[in-house]
Amino acid sequence: MDPMAEIRLTFFQECEEQLTALENGLLGMQEGSADSELVNAVFRAVHSIKGGAGAFKLNTLVSFAHVFETALDKVRSGSIVPDADAMKLFLRAADALSDLVSASRDGAVLDTAPYAAIEEEFDALLGGAGGAAEDDDFQSLDFQPVTTAFSGEDAAPEATTAPARSSFLIRFRPLRELFAKANDPLALFRELTRLGRLQAQCDIKNLPFLDTMEPEDSYLSWELRLESDCDIAAVKEVFDFVDGDCDLSIEVGLPAQPAVMAAAPEASGPPPRIVQDGQADVAVPPPSVAPLPAPAEAEAAAQPKASARTAVQPTIRVDLDRVDRLINLVGELVINQAMLTQRVLHSSHVRDREVTSSLEELERLTREIQESVMAIRAQPVRPLFQRMSRIVREVADATGKDVRLRTEGEATEVDKTVVELLADPLTHMIRNAVDHGLETPEQRIAAGKAPEGTVRLAAAHRSGRVIIEVSDDGAGINRPRVLQKAIANGLVPPDSQLNDSEIDNLLFLPGFSTAQSISNISGRGVGMDVVKRSIQALGGRISIASSPGQGSTFTLSLPLTLAVLDGIVVTVDEQTFVIPLTAIVETVKHEQSRIHHVGEHSFVLRVRDVLVPLIDVGAELGVRPPANQVRSGVAILIETANGSRSALLVDNIQDQRQVVIKSLETNYKRVDGIAAATILGDGRVAMILDVDALVGLRHHDWSSTEIPFAKAS
Amino acid sequence: MIEKSPHDLAREAEFVAFRAGGLEFCINIMSVREIRGWTPATAIPRAPSYIRGVINLRGVVLPIVDLGVRLGLPGTEPTARHVIIVAQVGERAAGLLVDSVSDILSVEDTSIQATPDVASNLARTFVRGVIAMDGRMISVITLDNVLPAMELEAA
Repeated sequence: MDPMAEIRLTFFQECEEQLTALENGLLGMQEGSADSELVNAVFRAVHSIKGGAGAFKLNTLVSFAHVFETALDKVRSGSIVPDADAMKLFLRAADALSDLVSASRDGAVLDTAPYAAIEEEFDALLGGAGGAAEDDDFQSLDFQPVTTAFSGEDAAPEATTAPARSSFLIRFRPLRELFAKANDPLALFRELTRLGRLQAQCDIKNLPFLDTMEPEDSYLSWELRLESDCDIAAVKEVFDFVDGDCDLSIEVGLPAQPAVMAAAPEASGPPPRIVQDGQADVAVPPPSVAPLPAPAEAEAAAQPKASARTAVQPTIRVDLDRVDRLINLVGELVINQAMLTQRVLHSSHVRDREVTSSLEELERLTREIQESVMAIRAQPVRPLFQRMSRIVREVADATGKDVRLRTEGEATEVDKTVVELLADPLTHMIRNAVDHGLETPEQRIAAGKAPEGTVRLAAAHRSGRVIIEVSDDGAGINRPRVLQKAIANGLVPPDSQLNDSEIDNLLFLPGFSTAQSISNISGRGVGMDVVKRSIQALGGRISIASSPGQGSTFTLSLPLTLAVLDGIVVTVDEQTFVIPLTAIVETVKHEQSRIHHVGEHSFVLRVRDVLVPLIDVGAELGVRPPANQVRSGVAILIETANGSRSALLVDNIQDQRQVVIKSLETNYKRVDGIAAATILGDGRVAMILDVDALVGLRHHDWSSTEIPFAKAS
Repeated sequence: MIEKSPHDLAREAEFVAFRAGGLEFCINIMSVREIRGWTPATAIPRAPSYIRGVINLRGVVLPIVDLGVRLGLPGTEPTARHVIIVAQVGERAAGLLVDSVSDILSVEDTSIQATPDVASNLARTFVRGVIAMDGRMISVITLDNVLPAMELEAA
């Protein structure tokens, strides 16, 4: 790849990150967090995109980002109050910026109309906030030059009559890192002059002689006195970009009192010392304005960001192929380790205690390596959730509903593939929640609810799985309508007596959503069969809870990773199979008295007064012919994805263990009733049962068309 | 070799010859990935009779085709002396269970004769031609249809 293309690629990758930070920040602001740090983060994101885009001459992007940035700068300086309407505009602008970035990346031809419209709205917003909008573009920095005096000379005093509210004593010593990052103190001072009147004094006493001077080191420090009517936060903001790369202390003091340079800039505690000084006074302050701050306050001010900002962990970008290769290799290692252990323990010669304990240690280490490697692929669901907030905005706009998306547990980590494959079903569910779940504002008011509907998206880890909930506070599922619809579509017989949860589950039937009138139903059902299928393809389950007038909750339960699975190892006719633990409810005592013969090759098992079909796994898979006599063995009670229960009859249970999922489809093809393959400790392949399909095979109902686990290598 | 024109050279190919079901066959060496001994396979439910099951080939799940049975010949109970030829079949890899591997043949295209008309339907699906060599009759087979189709077979 040519170097320019590579840099370009990096730029767009970084744009993605900036856009995420932007949306994050805006959503935070919308939630009412008035934290100036948040506004800064938003501003920085747009600013960085603009800067990078400029380097690549992406002019449309630059000009749009510029307008956006200007507006954000006004928020930053407090001249625009970000009310609800402004926030909506900002969010739309963020979406537009994201589109622009994608278009620029793909070299797509742009339709500039929507961007121009947003730019106009910005103009209106800015105009409303007082037309004295300063342009802070790179080329037109508007500042009063300041003499950065080297000999105690100060800037020429201006004959201003407006008394400054307070004065700040800023001790600033850049570290060499600051220069290494191409920052310039002068630019910072210029920025300060925009806040008020600035006096700068440079301390050169650390400057060594030329022969010992390290040209890339930093020797200078400054004492700056700023008179301004802005607050300390605004002053701190100026140093935002160099945070951590300089020694900085900011003290709020009596205005324009002559202060001497402190010998040590890191002296953060005491209030400003008032000493005489040869400099000319600038403006005589009214004596009563600013009281001396308490030392503690000054100290807090001296370390502006240290506590407020969470430390950013260093990261590296790694090719996904490398990670996957590592995961595959570790999978091999796990199998090999298990084989080694089994062989050593089974060989009669070695019964050495030390060998055994070494093997155990090896097993522990292998497990740990596997977990750590899996963790590399784990990603927080945050970006996924953020995409959903855009979906909510779009659908809300299209349907004229007032919707707020609340997200919880964005830091929950899931396998990257799961996150990726979750995007489509989740989009579908969110769309449904807004479109069908929530009522219109008028209906909500009539029902005595707040006009603004809420969609909640939450993620959490629960017993080794990820639970994702999509809920709304809408009207809930209209069960009579759903049942009526299902009967009309011939999905259930007209005289069916279904309980609530059975009716809710009708939504997952394919064919339920084919009717065009669905959008009139206040329940749901648009493509929910597709959603269910994709969730199951991920080895997950979906369930519904709904109460009339209060809304509905869809709960997804997903595996943390697609690479391993917990299962029990069973024997059927001398063959070994694995049953996924997630499907298993319990193992049931298998007594003749509990089994009833209900037809040819058909048996039911009584489990606590409930009759469930007893499925002979061997016969079902064609391993052995079906029998009219119940075989001996163990019954395992399982629950399928649609909540129905069955008992699987196997010969015996060997073990419970974690197995690495191997695709059978890569080199063979899909097999009904088999989800995937795995390799056991003896190095042999075993089949992982697809319990839903096994049950489905018997009933030949719609669930037999399920796709089992996604391909895993 | 000096008398061969480059045209002839380009048409020469190498084949791995082996015995299956009592007859001699060969496949193009380019599709052979490795040759290994027989290891017990795990049966696949509802698989066709010629699928012996799957084995673990260094972490990859590899289906084993009993080539004799696939070609309509009597199958044998595999022993440790039997051989698995790991071959590339389109996008997939498969292990071909054969009786033994005999040799590697360098054959010019021109010495491959068309399949005789007497061959059965099944043979015609796989046999691309016949090589008559030193009194041996070796069928050149193609692996395209050796594995079941990827799609679900009609129920």
